[in-house]
Amino acid sequence: MAIDWQPVWLTLQLATLTTLILLLVGTPLAWWLSQTRCFCRDWVGAIVALPLVLPPTVLGFYLLLLLGPQGIIGGTMQDLGLDTLPFTFPGLVVGSVLYSLPFVVQPVRNAFEAMGRRPMEVAATLRAGPLDAFLSVALPLALPGFLTGAVLGFAHTVGEFGVVLMIGGNIPGETKVLSVAIYDHVETLEWSQAHWLAGGMLAFSFLVVAAMYRLERHMRRRDHEY
Amino acid sequence: MSIDVAFRLAQRGGFALDVAFSAPGRGVTALFGRSGSGKTTVLRCIAGLQRAQGRCEINGESWQSDDAWLAPHRRATGYVFQEASLFTHLSVRGNLTYGSKRRTGEASRISFDDAIGLLGLGALLERSPGSLSGGERQRVAIARALLSGPRLLLMDEPLSALDVDAKQKILPYLERVYNELDLPVLYVTHDPQEVARLADRVVLLEQGQVRSSGPVAGVMTSLRLPFAGFDNASAVLAGVVGGHDETFHLTFVTCGGNRFVIPRETLAVGAHTRLQVHARDVSITLNVHHDSSISNIIPVVIADTRDLDHGQVLLRLRLDDGQNLLARITRRSAIALGIREGMFVYAQIKGAALIG
Repeated sequence: MAIDWQPVWLTLQLATLTTLILLLVGTPLAWWLSQTRCFCRDWVGAIVALPLVLPPTVLGFYLLLLLGPQGIIGGTMQDLGLDTLPFTFPGLVVGSVLYSLPFVVQPVRNAFEAMGRRPMEVAATLRAGPLDAFLSVALPLALPGFLTGAVLGFAHTVGEFGVVLMIGGNIPGETKVLSVAIYDHVETLEWSQAHWLAGGMLAFSFLVVAAMYRLERHMRRRDHEY
Repeated sequence: MSIDVAFRLAQRGGFALDVAFSAPGRGVTALFGRSGSGKTTVLRCIAGLQRAQGRCEINGESWQSDDAWLAPHRRATGYVFQEASLFTHLSVRGNLTYGSKRRTGEASRISFDDAIGLLGLGALLERSPGSLSGGERQRVAIARALLSGPRLLLMDEPLSALDVDAKQKILPYLERVYNELDLPVLYVTHDPQEVARLADRVVLLEQGQVRSSGPVAGVMTSLRLPFAGFDNASAVLAGVVGGHDETFHLTFVTCGGNRFVIPRETLAVGAHTRLQVHARDVSITLNVHHDSSISNIIPVVIADTRDLDHGQVLLRLRLDDGQNLLARITRRSAIALGIREGMFVYAQIKGAALIG
């Protein structure tokens, strides 16, 4: 019996790329959510959190409509001479970013909020401009939140299934990720391959979550010395 | 050279804050008031951490006017918060250099090594903020503020989060900072003792407004202002060390034509110093008793009187050089002695202490 490593490799690529994009996009969003007094804050927060409660198929369904040739985004892309995103790897990345957004934004936002306004005020009185203060004070102080967010975002992307199936399909080497491969193996009664992949996922997930708890406790100890 | 500020903060049906005051561009000015009187808000407005209408001019530099507002990081303030608020992700050294690295323009009045020496931080540099005591953290915060090159030092109740012991230990450091650096300081406090010990001038705030302001000695001994009515009310006298008596372990301090005797202090003869005398430690007599155990008996004129609750009377006593003492006596004694304004009496002072 040979294990097909392609889905594993593809999944790691997808999760890594998604996590990087989420850290870039999620950080300003989390900062804004933690600082703004705008009345729209709770609405934006709710939209960000939606993937937590929405069935992945619903999200996948709307993405498919939006990104497809008849959708607003998909149509525009076609007009611009670009390929549409459904059933491609970039399409999977877009879906994963949206689907895992709350898992990165929420821990980072919590870390920013737990920090309070004082450290930024202190930085300002010590001549640090807003961006300087953000980079030299807010980011390092919120580091535990970033680690939690990155780990959760990565792990959650590795484990996604519904969105992938809706928007990515099952194209080997392009969109056939681990979870879909396991599903495939079960469908075709290849129990032993399914066992290897599923067992590997179980072990991976356990290690990730356990490592995260340890890390968090370590970080908290550092902060509580204060 | 002066500090000139005016702030208004609107609130439903009036102003939460409506203050205007000037202070000399040197020395320590205390902003004194109860919690909720707006003193911290004034400080935050000066630092630019909070916005209010008004103006703010510091020694000829405008930080806020009707049509301009300078962002906080462009104002040369050093701000010491009530809690030290050190950056937990940096060492003590990292905290200290955070501001000095970002300092712009003119050279600082104080070098890194001088700040370390002034606040006794030499042994703490590589420690993390979490491992410091409350007093040590606040000393680091003060040095950090000084090293950012401020033209005005703002201190928001820097001692109030410390226990009595830590407070006593840090006071000499504060006095050294004030004496050795020519830097104007605005010092927010609700502790009259800190005002007496540290401040040159007071701005008295009540419900978001300036009730009074002026030199410490005058504000603290005015019977129309709340200071004199406090249980531990005291007067501050400026004097010069006149000599020491080694046999009896005493120090003499001269105020005008009078000589105060206090327990021996290690101060050079001729040094300017301040004496604090609590109102409860002063009694009145009509004649000098040479058979008394009290060694400080000073001729004074009763300048003002005010009835307090609980059958007590508060007196303002003027010394020959115009300085004032407070005395608190019972109404019964006041009537028995025939106390009235303009009367010539002797103040018997049970205890006087040097305060810097």
